[in-house]
Order: sequence, then C-alpha cells, then structure tokens
Amino acid sequence: MITVEQKKIEEITEMTKDVERLLVLGCETCAAISFAGGRRQVEELCAALRLARADQSIRGEITGDSVARQCEPEFIDMASDKIKESDAVLSLACGAGVQLIAERFPDKIVFPGTNTTFLGVTEKMGLWTERCAGCGNCLLDKTAGLCPIARCSKQLLNGPCGGSMNGKCEISKDVDCVWQQIIDRLSRLDQLDKLSEIFPVKDWTPAGHGGPRKLVREDLKS
Amino acid sequence: MKSGSNLEKVLESGQFAVTAEAGPPKGTSAKVVQRKGELLKFCCDAMNVTDNQTAIVRMSSLSGCVLLKELGVEPILQMVVRDRNRLALQADVLGAAALGINNMLCLSGDHQKFGNHPTAKGVYDIDSIQFLQMVKQMRDKQSFINGEEISGEVPMFIGAAANPFADPFEYRVSRLAKKVAAGADFIQTQGIFDMAKFARWMEGVREKGLHKETYILAGLIPIKSVGMARYMRNNVSGLSVPQELVDRMANSEDPKEEGVRICLETIEQLKEIEGIHGIHIMAVAWEDIVPRLVEEAGLMPRPIV
Repeated sequence: MITVEQKKIEEITEMTKDVERLLVLGCETCAAISFAGGRRQVEELCAALRLARADQSIRGEITGDSVARQCEPEFIDMASDKIKESDAVLSLACGAGVQLIAERFPDKIVFPGTNTTFLGVTEKMGLWTERCAGCGNCLLDKTAGLCPIARCSKQLLNGPCGGSMNGKCEISKDVDCVWQQIIDRLSRLDQLDKLSEIFPVKDWTPAGHGGPRKLVREDLKS
Repeated sequence: MKSGSNLEKVLESGQFAVTAEAGPPKGTSAKVVQRKGELLKFCCDAMNVTDNQTAIVRMSSLSGCVLLKELGVEPILQMVVRDRNRLALQADVLGAAALGINNMLCLSGDHQKFGNHPTAKGVYDIDSIQFLQMVKQMRDKQSFINGEEISGEVPMFIGAAANPFADPFEYRVSRLAKKVAAGADFIQTQGIFDMAKFARWMEGVREKGLHKETYILAGLIPIKSVGMARYMRNNVSGLSVPQELVDRMANSEDPKEEGVRICLETIEQLKEIEGIHGIHIMAVAWEDIVPRLVEEAGLMPRPIV
C-alpha cells in the first residue's frame, strides 16, 4: 500500500481559508487503509474544518465525498458533479490522486490534504513501515526477500556498514539494520554464500533518476 | 608498484607503517591544516585528511591534501559516497591524481543525520565496496566505471576501512574479504579498545589469508579523559569500549597520562599480532600527542624509502 498521513488541521485550514465552497474528497483504497483519507476521515475532517473556520470567522461551505480510487480517471469522474459545484477540492488521496484531479479539472483549484509517505505495510494497528522504494528493478531474490534500497539508511548493496550494532542502524536505536536481518535470514536458509559476490553498481534509471517514469503495456492498450 | 606512494613503499618494504589523521577546519584557514601537517610530518608515513567527518561540513578533503602536499607531507585522501555520486567521485579521483595525490581511503561515510545538515539528501549512488572497485578499474584498466577510456594514469594506493567491532561480528571477516576482492590495497580499522574481540577478528582474517592480500593498519584513538571514554562507550555506534577501560580512566589521577599508557600498551599488543602491518592514529582534537606516542612506541624515526 501507499501510506499517507493527513496534514495537520492548522495547515489545511490555512491552505484552504480563501475557498468559499470546499469539497473534501476521500479515496477508499490506500488512503482509507492508512486511516487518513477514507469516508470516515472525510467526515471527521469536514467537521474539524467547519469548527476551525467558525473559530476564525471564515465563511464558506464544506462538503465531503469519497471515491473508490483517485488514481483512476473513471472513479474521479464519478465525483465530477460535486467537484464542479465546488470552488476547490481538498484531496485526501496520495499525491497521485491530487494530480489526477488537477489534470481532469483544469479550472479547479486542488489542495493536498495528506502527505504521501512511502510504500509499506501495516505492522500492527497504528504502525506502518516502509518496505519498497519502487526502484524499478527488484533484487529481493538476492537479499532474502528484504530490501536494502528501501530499508538501509545508506541504500548499501554490499552492507552492512560499520555502524550496525546490536541489530540496529547507526542513525537510531529505533531503526533495525536490514543488513543484519538479511544476513540472519540467509544464514537460516543456508544461503549466506549469496553475499560473497560483490553487487554491481545499480542502474538508477528505473528508480526515477532517468526522468519521470512511465509503464506501457501494449497488450492492454485499446 | 601500484601508486609509488610513500605509504605503499613503506608497506612493501615490510616495515611497520604509521599513519595519522588530520581533520580540516570548519573554515578557510590553511594554517589549521598546515599546523597539523608540521606537527605530524616526521612521525607518520602518510596523513589522512577526513571528508566531512561525522557529516559536519568542513574544508574539503582534497584541499586539505593539497595543503599537506605543499609541506612535503604525504596525504591520504578520504572520500565518502554520502556526498558524491559516481560522476563527482571519479572527477575528484582524476583531480587527485593530477595533483599528485596517490593514496585514498574509500568510505561510505557517517549518515547525514549525525551531522550539522541533518535535513540534507544523502547521495549513496554507489557503496564503499563498489567505490573501491571503481577506483581499481580506473587505475588498472585506465577506464571509467562506464567503460570509457581515461587519458592518463591513475596511480592510486587504494584503502578501505574495516570495523571489527560492528555487528554481525561473524560477517565482518567476509566483508573484509569483499573489500579486498574489490581492490583494497590497505585497510585502516576502527579504533581498537577491545583487544580480545580484535584478536578474534584477526584470527578469522588469517584463516582466510586476507592479511597476505592487503596491508592492515590497526586503528587507535587516544583517550584524553574519562568523559571521552564514557561518551565513546555509550554514544558512538560501531565502537566497542570495555567498561574496564572506562574504569581505568576514571580511577586514574592523571587521565591524560593514563590515556597515553593505554595507547602504548595497545600498540605493543598489536605488534605481536600476526598480520598487522602498521597503525593508524586518529587523535581527534589531540593531535599534539601523536609525536610522543610514536616516539615512545619505538616507531621513530620513520623510514625513508
């Protein structure tokens, strides 16, 4: 999932204070699983915004709605009437959703109501952690299924560095050293020899350093 | 000869080498580097110039190396992959070669979060092992990492760091083997306080014969005070400072002298370990003590090769 975190109410209030009719638009996929942009959070945020606006004597009308996925045009279009009726949209999707609204409605102002954080997992209720950096060339087969690109602070391909202590990363006692975990797991699987060869330098082009990325599937095009 | 550097010659001749570290200033004063150079000139075979050490911005390592070279001190250019991508690293290696700098130490670097610009974007385009490989290719094949030809020679004596005290301990010899395979001509280790652990690591090193494929310089950090000992024990990741050593500093009436004694004892023990080819003294903010340490360790005068 793409984890997102709702921006603070103060920031959202300030950002949207000049908007007369504001639509808060949720997204029922990743943002909902993140408890930041689903239907329920839309309602809560609308209520909070109305209160904050009342406190600051800001006039206007706040309405809420939500769509299944803001990253697909057909779902966004399902909210098009409400979007057209409003002066601006506060999207509670990830950054992709915010931008697709901007593209679909060229004359409409759109604001981000969340900070998009990372590709991760729900470890437990209220705790999400990063797992994937979307580097475009998966090497998890070589690292026991644990990713040094997303989870090593220095993105080392030939780790661990000299700062790994007691299973923790040098940057914080709260951060696990993924290279310790990789070595532990490979040892358990009796595959530690996989690390004896030097990982070659990485091609960062598919990771986004070759410019914005695009995925084309000719077989699916109509 | 790979580089013709003084350090390489001393090590090739089988003599016990001494290197020392000089951190450049957080400013523009050439004198700070020159003073350290003058101080350490006669008591070491080459001097490391650190590269934004602990991720704190300082005068560049390459500039510090040039200042030392002008004094007749042989520099070791430290370079971290934290701040430079493969283009910048290779450009600086060419520049170093052009300036007559023939030793370098290829490092990952402390994470930027430690330093005085903690919100910076770290580079980490390549890692320290890939960096070693790259410099070796530049020297031996006269080609860039992309395969293009380099005009001119790149005579570098290539160094790497090793930390026997970091985890997982069982993997540390294997990681050294990777660095040697990548091209490390010499190794400078993390500062040694835990001799038992270091000796165990060296056993593993000898089992794999790595001490015959690379020169190992054992790292030393002279301790000035009990506060410093405690700080390193509790706060510096990748260091192993035994409690006995902290106690010894705490119970001493003259902690500075105690620090010197500890350092000299460590050097004596290191001389007895098979596969140790020299020492590397990192006297951070206590460079003044280095000449005395080298003298009293019986390592003066330094060889002329």
